[in-house]
Amino acid sequence: MKPASFRYVAASDVADAVALLTEHGDTAKLLAGGQSLVPMMNLRLSRPGVLIDLNRMPQRNTIAVEDGLLRVGLLVRQKEAEHSPIVLAQIPLLAEAIAEIGHAQIRSRGTLVGSCCHADPAAETPAVLLALDGSVRVQGPQGAREIAASDFFLGYFQTALAPDEVATDLLFPIPAQGTGSAFLEFARRHGDFALVAVAALVHLDAEGAVQGAALSLAGVGPSPLRATGAEQFLIGRRAEPAVLLEAARIAAQGIEPTDDVQASAAYRTQLAQTLVERALLIAASRAAREVA
Amino acid sequence: MQAEDRIRINLTVNGSSVSQQVEARRTLADFLRYDLGLTGTHTGCEQGACGACTVLLDGVAVRSCLIFASQLDGAAVETVEGLANESLHPLQEAFHRHHALQCGYCTPGFLMAAKELLTVNPDPSETEIRQALSGQICRCTGYENIVQAVREAADTLHGAKGRDA
Repeated sequence: MKPASFRYVAASDVADAVALLTEHGDTAKLLAGGQSLVPMMNLRLSRPGVLIDLNRMPQRNTIAVEDGLLRVGLLVRQKEAEHSPIVLAQIPLLAEAIAEIGHAQIRSRGTLVGSCCHADPAAETPAVLLALDGSVRVQGPQGAREIAASDFFLGYFQTALAPDEVATDLLFPIPAQGTGSAFLEFARRHGDFALVAVAALVHLDAEGAVQGAALSLAGVGPSPLRATGAEQFLIGRRAEPAVLLEAARIAAQGIEPTDDVQASAAYRTQLAQTLVERALLIAASRAAREVA
Repeated sequence: MQAEDRIRINLTVNGSSVSQQVEARRTLADFLRYDLGLTGTHTGCEQGACGACTVLLDGVAVRSCLIFASQLDGAAVETVEGLANESLHPLQEAFHRHHALQCGYCTPGFLMAAKELLTVNPDPSETEIRQALSGQICRCTGYENIVQAVREAADTLHGAKGRDA
């Protein structure tokens, strides 16, 4: 199908985009990579009156390390971050997650910031941002603010972004030395939406005990979830297979997926347990290598 | 700037300059097909899932159904029509030789995705070829011959030898 008619305007910078959003109100939509928005427009699920194109803005494709944070600007394409030496060195978890997004020809356009704003519950980038306690930097008429990932994702395709705000950057805290991570996802075919995806981080002390753990799951609820019960259980315990399996059981008990055409709730719960267990095993072995 | 429902764009398509007024909602795929008559680019699903409409935008393989022509002032677009000159492109030759198409509907997308792959990775493994083409759907061939054709084209283009396809 073809999209309904709209008017097009290219924003010259973020302030211009904010002004355009203010001028056109809720008839306007922001266009970054367009790999989620344009399919919705083609299917006429979305019919913006005005499309504000962000792709012409200069200097918004930065990947940089600042104050212990990896900052990803709003025009950074998934493919750029996937292969970025900075990302691979500082947060390999993010590169691993991005490789699961769609296909190469989608990742060449899709942006990380856009994926977070779209807030598909099965999306990879929001799960990573949440696992790392990251945040979203946004700019509106009153200036800039930062929203913690735990406050940003509100539900199916819902975020805390105000209608007149533009998300400008994602801020990912860089894990401490001695941290291992893993991102695992299951979909019926590679590139399909995740039935369940898991981001896991395990931080071991010199004796091999878990000092810190972070687990987030996508595809099991209206927005990505942290498995806090499982994280708490792991603290102070040795990262042995039986312990990790128990943590995975706790994580699976803490979710309430619903049945849909792709999978039953029971199947998703079982899948979540299996993926959490495997992700923890990989993350713990990578952490052990870091500590050694 | 004012929001407009018609936009003037200047770009190059297969090396030729094009200057045209386009409706804001015109996708790149439809711009190529209806406004420029370049019907080699096919549309399948028009929601980014099938890959039939893949073209190169500034050298990068993209879904032309998910980009608006109105966004492309100053861009360089390459379509399947730009592959052959006097003779077929080595990828097209290899597809022909390996029977890598039957109905041919998906072929332009495969060729453009493969062209990008061989530009960034001149000597890809079979796994790398399969990954790069995983976003292209073909309902006829079962993919085997496509993978073999791309591998052979890599050898032809770059003279690599002694590698299983």
